[in-house]
Amino acid sequence: FQAPLTVSPKDPKMDAQTPMKSATSYNNFYEFGTDKTDPSENAGTLRTRPWEIAVDGDVGKPTTFGIEDLLSFPLEERVYRLRCVEGWSMVIPWVGFPLAELLKRVDPTGNAKYVAFQTLADRSQMPGLKYPVLQWPYVEGLRMDEAMHPLTILAVGMYGETLPNQNGAPVRLVVPWKYGFKSIKSIVRITLTQDQPPTSWNRSQPREYGFYSNVNPEVDHPRWSQATERRVGEFSRRKTLAFNGYGEEVASLYAGMDLRKNY
Amino acid sequence: MAATSKGPVALALSSRWAKPVVFALGLLPLGWMVWLGMSGGLGAEPVAEAVRQSGLWALRLLLIALAVTPLRILTGQAGLARFRRMIGLFAFFYALLHVSVYVGVDQFFDWAAVWKDIVKRPYITVGMGAFVILTALAATSTNGMVRRLGGRRWKALHKAVFVAGAAGCIHYVMLVKGWQYPPFVYAAIFLGLVALRYATSPSAGRRLSPSYRT
Repeated sequence: FQAPLTVSPKDPKMDAQTPMKSATSYNNFYEFGTDKTDPSENAGTLRTRPWEIAVDGDVGKPTTFGIEDLLSFPLEERVYRLRCVEGWSMVIPWVGFPLAELLKRVDPTGNAKYVAFQTLADRSQMPGLKYPVLQWPYVEGLRMDEAMHPLTILAVGMYGETLPNQNGAPVRLVVPWKYGFKSIKSIVRITLTQDQPPTSWNRSQPREYGFYSNVNPEVDHPRWSQATERRVGEFSRRKTLAFNGYGEEVASLYAGMDLRKNY
Repeated sequence: MAATSKGPVALALSSRWAKPVVFALGLLPLGWMVWLGMSGGLGAEPVAEAVRQSGLWALRLLLIALAVTPLRILTGQAGLARFRRMIGLFAFFYALLHVSVYVGVDQFFDWAAVWKDIVKRPYITVGMGAFVILTALAATSTNGMVRRLGGRRWKALHKAVFVAGAAGCIHYVMLVKGWQYPPFVYAAIFLGLVALRYATSPSAGRRLSPSYRT
């Protein structure tokens, strides 16, 4: 792939890349179990070829992209911080392309205000679906301007390699200024809509997880503080940054919005 | 049931090796955690995993301690009683480890942050409540304290172990994300033990028999 490091953390000493082994063995992917090591142990059953993403809704040209089509987009490496809502974080070199590039191809209509995403939900491949931890399939959503933002990417790889199953193979979203659960994995459908789409965690516990879920040290999760985080592999906690440190790039998207209300 | 009083189980329970064996068993989870910690087995987030494991073992041992009396009554093995205190103290030990790792390592003695957590976050409030109770029970667990408090008052105080057990189960139920079943398994076991305790308590017969009512 081409490798323009479009956006990298500005301070490499503060933001050393997380060891690949940690990023591929400490995962939340409840379709494969709720323990952190469950996805790496159980996701071997996920079949990533063939794979298709249906893109439909308020678009001029509804299109189904095969995995080969997705891999033909110009790929680049993006080193992003990832902040989990649980209070841990990583720094991961993703390989992917801007979601905007894909959306442009389907010709969004003027009605398209939001983008809804859906994860595969196949019991034969995903043992975690036995348990009603969440309502399956997992769904997520972005506002159109968030989806079109150049920082928002679809990732097909990490650490220069094909995306491992436990990390959301073969294709996942990465939205670095939002809590990790917004970065939906193993996507099978993308639907552009006029109305704000439901999102899995919001549906499960609306008081705890909002639609926006921007990383925000000022707004605590009702059950734990969001003021600090531990970078996986480090000992002590560090202060969490607003928008996960990407405020310069994305804060303007939320100008005039009360981020306490729109958490 | 009298037949069991000199059976092999009763003999084993009264053996002078029984307590050291139970003590060694109680240390096994700690040894396991230390081994995992040194071999990298605690995973990418060892601090979080150490908090989780120590909390789980505190709850497990508390449930085992609560099972001793019903088990003694159901099996007629009076010899079981002498292990109850040790098992309860191990539950306290793992709870202490759980709280220590949270305060000392996870929060790095940021007492302000810890205090904020305790007053602001219900699952930590409830968990700390359980820990305070277990501390009081551990502190009054010696023979001397039983004497000083008097049997009746000591017994009343130590009934609080049920409150600690309930709080421990609620703490676990409250802290997980989404609808996960393991915390409910622990809660169900706890409720089962409470029911069993109620059914096997000496006063249960009295409650059922009208002749004792006056």
